[in-house]
Amino acid sequence: MAEASTPPATPTAARGGTGGGLRSSLKELVWPLVALGGVLLFNLIFSQGFFHIEVKEGHLFGSLIDILNRAAPVMLLGLGMTLVVATGGVDLSVGAVMAISGAVAALLVKQPGMPLAAVLGISLAASLAAGVWNGLLVALLDIQPMVGTLILMVAGRGIAQLITNGQIITFENKPFEFLGGGFLFGLPFTITLVVVFYLVLGYLARRTAFGLFVESVGDNFEASRLAGVNAALVKTVAYTLCGLCAGMAGLIITADIKAADSSNVGMYLELDAILSAVIGGTSLAGGRFNLTGALIGALLIQSLTTTILTRGVPVQFTLVVKAIVIVAVCLIQSDAARKYLLRRQGARV
Amino acid sequence: MTRRRLNRKHIPLLATSLVCLLLYGAAALRYPGFATPSVFVNLLADNAVLGVAALGMTFVILSGGIDLSVGAVVGCTGILLATMVDRLHIHPALAIPILLLAGTVFGAGMGALVRWFELPPFLVTLAGMLLARGIGFVTSLESVPLEHPFLVRLAGVQLPVGGGVGLSLAALVFLGLFAVSLHLSQYTKFGRNVYALGGNSVSAMLMGLPCGRTTVLIYAFSTFCSTLAGIVNSLYTLSGNASAAAGLELDAIAAVVIGGTLLSGGVGHIAGTVMGVLILGIIQTTITFEGTLSSWWTKIAIGVLLLTFILLQRFIQSRATAKS
Repeated sequence: MAEASTPPATPTAARGGTGGGLRSSLKELVWPLVALGGVLLFNLIFSQGFFHIEVKEGHLFGSLIDILNRAAPVMLLGLGMTLVVATGGVDLSVGAVMAISGAVAALLVKQPGMPLAAVLGISLAASLAAGVWNGLLVALLDIQPMVGTLILMVAGRGIAQLITNGQIITFENKPFEFLGGGFLFGLPFTITLVVVFYLVLGYLARRTAFGLFVESVGDNFEASRLAGVNAALVKTVAYTLCGLCAGMAGLIITADIKAADSSNVGMYLELDAILSAVIGGTSLAGGRFNLTGALIGALLIQSLTTTILTRGVPVQFTLVVKAIVIVAVCLIQSDAARKYLLRRQGARV
Repeated sequence: MTRRRLNRKHIPLLATSLVCLLLYGAAALRYPGFATPSVFVNLLADNAVLGVAALGMTFVILSGGIDLSVGAVVGCTGILLATMVDRLHIHPALAIPILLLAGTVFGAGMGALVRWFELPPFLVTLAGMLLARGIGFVTSLESVPLEHPFLVRLAGVQLPVGGGVGLSLAALVFLGLFAVSLHLSQYTKFGRNVYALGGNSVSAMLMGLPCGRTTVLIYAFSTFCSTLAGIVNSLYTLSGNASAAAGLELDAIAAVVIGGTLLSGGVGHIAGTVMGVLILGIIQTTITFEGTLSSWWTKIAIGVLLLTFILLQRFIQSRATAKS
């Protein structure tokens, strides 16, 4: 873990490993990568034109690009969630925080003469504040993460509806819409955003002591506090970063649909975020995390959804498939299940 | 010593009951029609679905677990019941027991995964939630009406309690399950095992308590309750809808927590959950009575209440540890 590694330049480039920690990183990511590879292989064989990428008006188009673009919000949430889960917590409020940042942004964008920087700054500040609030409840007041963040999950959506007065606020603002629908370097701009967040968080986690602190706090809060780590601060920062990621994800979706839909935006996405963190090898018990894994987890979830859609299977089967994936991933990571299998094999031999 | 411990254990329950009474009293003072028996009876009937689900959830949380599948099971049960009765022409008197049994087995399966493969309850029941929602949506995307005369008659059942009001079947199921849960949690070995498991699962195992069986039974009972809630819900709306009761699990968790049960397990009381459910119901009814308040104030009020109760619990806990 102390081994520092350069985060790869793009999410998909993670397949190539991460420099210094190449071997350990690859080993941790082998199962999620196998699963993702399996889904892509299935499509290579059965879905015609799945890997077809064409250039239209200087932009890249194709199923793969679409997966990257659509997975972007969950990838962002997954990154933040990974840090929180690594401290031994969980953040149920990310969906509500998305709604809050979207609502604030939509309200500000409608004001004539409001500069874009102010719109982004204020709405991200709102999500940052939400993250700090969660952090304070969990770290300082020592409330269980699931209950502590449940408060904001319930109340946050109410606050977002209060901001938009319970209505769906639509807007027209080209610069702001660029966040969700723009293109940079021929790729959707959302991908650039994910890469930036990944690089910054990856730098914090692997090039500074922050990552080590997060793991030690998640492993044993009391021991790391006694060892001189400001454990409460580390936890608060993790929740704050998670809130920031959620705020950004909310802005992307709001910009994409050109509206703030407080009652529906980000609904159930907290579950997808937790799922992508867990698929990526982050233990729910805390103390171990993998940011690259969270991106792969999010991509896996989105590839499954896209595959189901392109295969013409009714979309409602996605939920069933997701359920099976969760149980499978949990069983693979469970020591008890592994021991059970080994015992069975031993009995047969 | 024993006396003080008893007191301490019951402080959250007392506090919840007090808040419940205060809320009801305040609402009754403000709105003349609030204190009538019919409003109170409706309070029970309108919150029966949440109440039934929350009673099952209480056992799970007492044991230190969590059940996220509650809302999805309610939706799934509704659509399955409607499909069985409306499309497959199975008599409801047969369909209801089949569903209750299926739900119990489903819950037992989740309990088995939690126990024998040591998977986190959060993820197992999340998978259960997605599976139940998925099965519901695969069965039918549209709402299916329930028009079977037997079900319509069942939905109209009223037990007169005097004053010109009657308890509907939903309220009766809620009260009946409350009695059963109270008995299970306080006067049976199963209940004692649940508390022991939540207090300290390792100690419970070393004491030789049947932890495995208890865990499986807890999740089986919880999903049984959700299935029952699903049936109550479809009788209430006389239709089956796969997307019904979205997020009900969170309301149930909130009701349990407001009722003074600790999410870390081992501490809490079934009666508290009923108080929690009534508090949520009173807030909802008050906002309806007020008329000008918008629905999102419900969410904000629930959030504030949750915070207050958790802080109160923390305060009591820290006082307790300081004393010992």
